[in-house]
Amino acid sequence: MNIKDMISPVIRDMPPSGIRRFFDLVDEIEGAVSLGVGEPDFITPWHIREASIHSLEEGYTHYTSNWGLPDLRREIARYLSHRFNLAYSFEDQIIVTVGASEAIDLALRAIVTPGDEVLVPEPSYVSYMPCVEMAGGRVVPIVTKAEDEFRLTPQALREAITPHTKALILPYPNNPTGGVMLRSDLEAIADVLKDTDILVLSDEIYAELTYGDTAHVSIASLPGMEERTVLISGFSKAFAMTGWRVGYAAGHRDIIAAMVKIHQYTMLCAPVMSQIAAVEALRAGYNDDYEDVKRMHREYDRRRRLMVKSFNDMGLECFEPRGAFYVFPSIQRTGMSSEEFCERLLQEQKVAVVPGNAFGASGEGFIRCSYAYSIDALTEALKRIGAFVENLHN
Amino acid sequence: MTELENNILEILSDDHRVSAEQISAMLGVDVKEVEATIKALEDRGVIVKYNTIINWEKTDREFVTALIEVKVVPQRDQGFDVIAERIYRFPEVQSVYLMSGDYDLAVTVEGKTMKDIAYFVAERLSPLESVLSTATHFILKKYKVEGIILEDHEQDHRLAVSP
Ligand SMILES: Cc1ncc(COP(=O)(O)O)c(C=O)c1O
Repeated sequence: MNIKDMISPVIRDMPPSGIRRFFDLVDEIEGAVSLGVGEPDFITPWHIREASIHSLEEGYTHYTSNWGLPDLRREIARYLSHRFNLAYSFEDQIIVTVGASEAIDLALRAIVTPGDEVLVPEPSYVSYMPCVEMAGGRVVPIVTKAEDEFRLTPQALREAITPHTKALILPYPNNPTGGVMLRSDLEAIADVLKDTDILVLSDEIYAELTYGDTAHVSIASLPGMEERTVLISGFSKAFAMTGWRVGYAAGHRDIIAAMVKIHQYTMLCAPVMSQIAAVEALRAGYNDDYEDVKRMHREYDRRRRLMVKSFNDMGLECFEPRGAFYVFPSIQRTGMSSEEFCERLLQEQKVAVVPGNAFGASGEGFIRCSYAYSIDALTEALKRIGAFVENLHN
Repeated sequence: MTELENNILEILSDDHRVSAEQISAMLGVDVKEVEATIKALEDRGVIVKYNTIINWEKTDREFVTALIEVKVVPQRDQGFDVIAERIYRFPEVQSVYLMSGDYDLAVTVEGKTMKDIAYFVAERLSPLESVLSTATHFILKKYKVEGIILEDHEQDHRLAVSP
């Protein structure tokens, strides 16, 4: 028996993540400074960790409801209403998942049938495409452009729709570009969708991290959009809780029930100690006006400005991102491909950034630099990138 | 206080080595304005001093510190300020706080040995006219000073690259 032949062709033919390959390269370089990380540098606030430790002492070591702890679902419903003006019933419209990652997978498996097309704006987070494919669907990428600040335009959406289109993934605020969709942008998208049978999976995990005067708007809050939207989010980014693995989805009760069905057989429930930590995060946030979230937000915003200015000063054009914690400068001026740029930057100056094409072909010509680092670390990395770019001219 | 002032204070209270140029980039405000604002904060005595938090336990310096609870009689017209000043002018005194509750002033004092502290209490503090009584507690270990954890074992455990 050739074991290789035993692997399912869908998995066998799935390319490994470009991020993974780059991780292996970075791993070999001693003393590398990395701007390659997609998670907060902040450690989970102590009161949240403390709540979880206390729960362990109290003996919370068991399964929870498949839907998630009722207390947590209540908090999520209140949070979504309070922050984003959304009305979901905690009883049957919210499922607690193992990170937003699981919610993305569940939502796609719940709705995709073989032959369905799923529209994915690119560049975007690396999981959508494989999850669509594993669910038996086909990804139709929609290229977003720097000149549109990487927003999804109604024209591009209209052109991509076919009779097979089942769903649109709406990945805003966006990883890796930092692009956001303003209310008017979302209204234009809603307008295109309103006479179709296309669902929206809105990945709003960076909803708390938008900068400038416009707060995040969820497409689910627009008239007529709630029913067709599955909102996906989690605690990883806003509350600095990546390792806890807790997220959620909210949407139409029939879709959530379908997601729960898969979840009960494949995952059973999210870790109880993490769910209890998440209850504390939301409860304390409600009571102190999201003090922790705002403190981290202020810091990200300062770093964001520093990054944008530094890249533009060194001649790598960088549009001002209004969300998440990434900048996505163009390196086209250097004449190098994204991968070549990143590999040489790593070899010559020991700085790790992620090639834009790891997030879809249209990311070619860009690099993703995370600013989830201290000012000291950013300053050092920017100095080295500056020196690298300078050397290219000589 | 303006938003700019609050932002600058938050940045400098975390690390005063951040330059005006960096602050300017971080806040999207002209360098000149940042410099002028810092200068004004210094002139108004909002920014008092830029100092360094040192974990002296890790040095070979010999020292002991004590927290002394002091009960005093407030002076007519001047309240506690005069007696507080009489105390905080001694160089061995590190901090003086006016407290609510059972005693009036919390005084921390540093000396080379316990004898130094005993001497300070007996010869300097107690004889002051308005001091009614003192209770001295020796500090055995400092865990957190001015909001800073002295031996922080929390580290960055992130992978170097992640999606
Ligand atoms: C856009 C986006 N969605 C989802 C996730 C996954 O988040 P979680 O940790 O909740 O699984 C990430 C993590 O990087 C992300 O960037």
